Amino acid sequence: MSGIVDFLAGCGRLVRRGNRAYYGWLGLLAVAILIGLGAYVHQARTGLIATNMRDQVSWAFYVGNFTFLVGVAAAAVMLVIPAYVYNWGPIKEVVILGELLAISAITMCLLFILVDMGRPDRFLHIVPFIGSPNWPRSMLTWDALVLNAYLVLNLAVVIHILYTGYHGHHYNKALIVPLVLLSVPAAVSIHTVTAFLYNGMASRPYWNASILAPRFLASAFCSGPAVMIILFQVLRKWANIDIKDEAIHKVAELMAYAMFVNLFLLGAEIFKEYYSATEHLLYTQYLWSGIGEHKALVPYAWTGLACNLLAFFLFLVPKTRRTFVGLNLGSILIWAGCYIEKGMGLVIPGMTPDTLGEIYEYRPTGTEWAIAAGVFGVGFLVFTVLVKVAVPIMSGTFHARAEPETSLPAPAAVP
Amino acid sequence: MNYLHHLLGTSAARGREKGGSAMSCRLLVGWTALGLSAWLAAPALAGEGPPPAGAAGARREELIQAEPPPFTPGIFPCTQCHSGPGDKTRRELTFHDDIKFEHDAEHRWCLDCHSNENRDVLHLSNGDPVPFTESYRLCGQCHGDKFRDWRVGVHGKRTGMWDGPKVYYLCVNCHNPHSPRFKPLKPEPRPLRPEEMRR
Amino acid sequence: MSRPRTSLPVLGEGGAPADPSRRGFLRNACAGAALASLSACGLEDFFHKSFRELSKEDVARVLARLEKRYSAQYGKQVAVAGTPPREGVEFGYGLDLSRCIGCRRCVYACVKENNQSRAHPQIHWIRVLEMEKAHGVDLAHSEIYYEADQVPRPGHFYMPVQCQQCRNPPCVKVCPTQATWKEKDGIVVIDYDWCIGCRCCMSACPYGARHFNWATPTLPAEEMNPATHYLGNRPRPKGVVEKCTFCIQRTRNGRYPACVEICPVGARKFGNLLDPQSEIRQVMETKRVFIFKEDLATQPHFYYFYAT
Repeated sequence: MSGIVDFLAGCGRLVRRGNRAYYGWLGLLAVAILIGLGAYVHQARTGLIATNMRDQVSWAFYVGNFTFLVGVAAAAVMLVIPAYVYNWGPIKEVVILGELLAISAITMCLLFILVDMGRPDRFLHIVPFIGSPNWPRSMLTWDALVLNAYLVLNLAVVIHILYTGYHGHHYNKALIVPLVLLSVPAAVSIHTVTAFLYNGMASRPYWNASILAPRFLASAFCSGPAVMIILFQVLRKWANIDIKDEAIHKVAELMAYAMFVNLFLLGAEIFKEYYSATEHLLYTQYLWSGIGEHKALVPYAWTGLACNLLAFFLFLVPKTRRTFVGLNLGSILIWAGCYIEKGMGLVIPGMTPDTLGEIYEYRPTGTEWAIAAGVFGVGFLVFTVLVKVAVPIMSGTFHARAEPETSLPAPAAVP
Repeated sequence: MNYLHHLLGTSAARGREKGGSAMSCRLLVGWTALGLSAWLAAPALAGEGPPPAGAAGARREELIQAEPPPFTPGIFPCTQCHSGPGDKTRRELTFHDDIKFEHDAEHRWCLDCHSNENRDVLHLSNGDPVPFTESYRLCGQCHGDKFRDWRVGVHGKRTGMWDGPKVYYLCVNCHNPHSPRFKPLKPEPRPLRPEEMRR
Repeated sequence: MSRPRTSLPVLGEGGAPADPSRRGFLRNACAGAALASLSACGLEDFFHKSFRELSKEDVARVLARLEKRYSAQYGKQVAVAGTPPREGVEFGYGLDLSRCIGCRRCVYACVKENNQSRAHPQIHWIRVLEMEKAHGVDLAHSEIYYEADQVPRPGHFYMPVQCQQCRNPPCVKVCPTQATWKEKDGIVVIDYDWCIGCRCCMSACPYGARHFNWATPTLPAEEMNPATHYLGNRPRPKGVVEKCTFCIQRTRNGRYPACVEICPVGARKFGNLLDPQSEIRQVMETKRVFIFKEDLATQPHFYYFYAT
């Protein structure tokens, strides 16, 4: 027990220690969180009327962010696949960072769901035995199940690795390797189930397409690793972790394939809608060219596509992929493109026009922006804290005291 | 009730006008008229309303008439003024000029529906008299499909219980028989647009 | 696995709780004890059980508690019934498109009868679509916000849309907490005290029939209809979904829904589909009937028809 207390105390020390930039970053996050909190109090008191969601567009900014972040959470762990399939050392080292990102992303996902609910005080109603979950018919119960299972899985792996690392022991391979391997189908499942949530709605022809789940996975494969690439470079510089260039470049190469598939699937959808030209074309049309004078999404749609195309070419051409300018620019672009695609490009056109043909042009309110900023603040804070603790453990500078030196070196490597 | 009283009073008065006949004859006429009108009026008065649908073993649920025929106040009984058969020539009327006649005016006029012999009743195409409370039988002659639908409650409004007594309306309660086309109404206010619903 | 879906426990009938398993017993016992202790400190709302799992005594208690709360809130004697569905009754609704003139009297009769929020948000369970006769049912060119001095406008027809009470309801399928379910008489109901406000059902409904209380409903006390049903028109809280219930508070007592009664042209027909003499059966057997968005196989209890 005292070991755990020491560990936590040590973590606390680590988190408090940092340079000006670090405190500046924390300050920024604190401001975002406070703004979000204030806005949420306002929303909780007034009701969701504080957003611009109405009956006609009943899912919007929060759910869009949720969907995007599920993709990030899934993809963060996707890196595990090449690490183990190709048995590739350089990526094995950084998988734990992917899991930390997954934990932060899932935290944000759960928070976005919470702020979107009309009655968050009734969240117990979805819990088995206490409530009455509509399992297995309701996709949302599956989503709750797999998201929480994925979170627990990642937490278990990370806590075990970090705690054993702290004590200078090697992690228990028999425990960790199966869990890590399990996290791969778990990652696929969270994004597939989220896709099925939309896919299963026959009332929304824009979503009711079999291609939705593959598209989700493809864009997740693009956007998640993009975050990782940038993070790796940041951590390499500021946290003294050894991440080989090879790892970064391999991830970038895999992303190039994912981007191609993403664009191809988009093309397939565009063909089907415009060629068949049924009444269902209306939703796609609203996104890309607007309907009548309703054109609010059009600039975003084309900007998103431009970002995706540009990122694809930057990553496709090895020359640009290998320069860090090209790499980072491409990563930012694909992140922006996928964010637009999953947020504005998925949720809003699915509901515009609505089921009775009415067009309500939705734009987020200040409250929604503020709450989203708060949730992102929490997510980034979680990630910051986790990394602040994980890196010293991984590099061996944070370890339990009063342990006699053993012949086993403190492991810097993780699976 | 008023109707029956007037009918009785009228036939008795008619007897007096024509004069002559013995008391017994007048009584006979009176009682026959009473019996006839009771037989004709009874369904409406008892609240049984329109005849039930033709299906065998049809459930006779209670059908309550909502309103009496919508007479202009004071206009009924018509025999106040129309003491006997009148001129059958098709013409523009002078007294009833408040009536705008738009019911196949090209081919029809008043006496095609109103009985010439007794203005207190209507008549079918074969001459059978029909009281105003059963005017649906007259409407149903030409508008058979509407009449069949109305009889089973598919045409027109009914209120009350889906599982019990219902209140039904005569054709004339919704359709002015002289100008039957349903008049347009002013609609209730439109709903608020979503952008108009801000806190 | 999801719990068995049963109808409301009937007050006055000896009924077992919905889940007779041992787990269910334990849960009931614990929850009962918790309820008893928590009701004193007002946390009952947080920990209460799903309505369908309550014993008949608990149902009576819940209804009495609600009556007390609403009566105090609205300053008049409010009744909250738990009338169960009748045996041998499956409701059917007919809407005569050849008659509707788009006057919207049904919309407002419904609002008055069912205690909907009047403003912020304004909730209408019935939405009337104006469309052109030349184009038929073309939702992309329909207009809900039409304004006119007189209706029907020449060349236009009107199609009111409300909950279709589907036999295969997509909203029931997607609800994560089973807060909405289909009753034996065909009405799809919502337990306003169980709904978590996730709005999955609103995304899933093809008819735009479900509406959300984006804020605390605005319901003036003098306009409040005090004859309510637990699953129908009792005042709703903020943050839950609501919709047409075929005026469950009326129809389970044998009365027509408010919209049927107010329609000045008799375009609305309602009755028991299982009764061959009912008006709705007459409609089904003699008129040209169609189903809105039939390709989605929702199999509604709501039928559009043309009488002429």
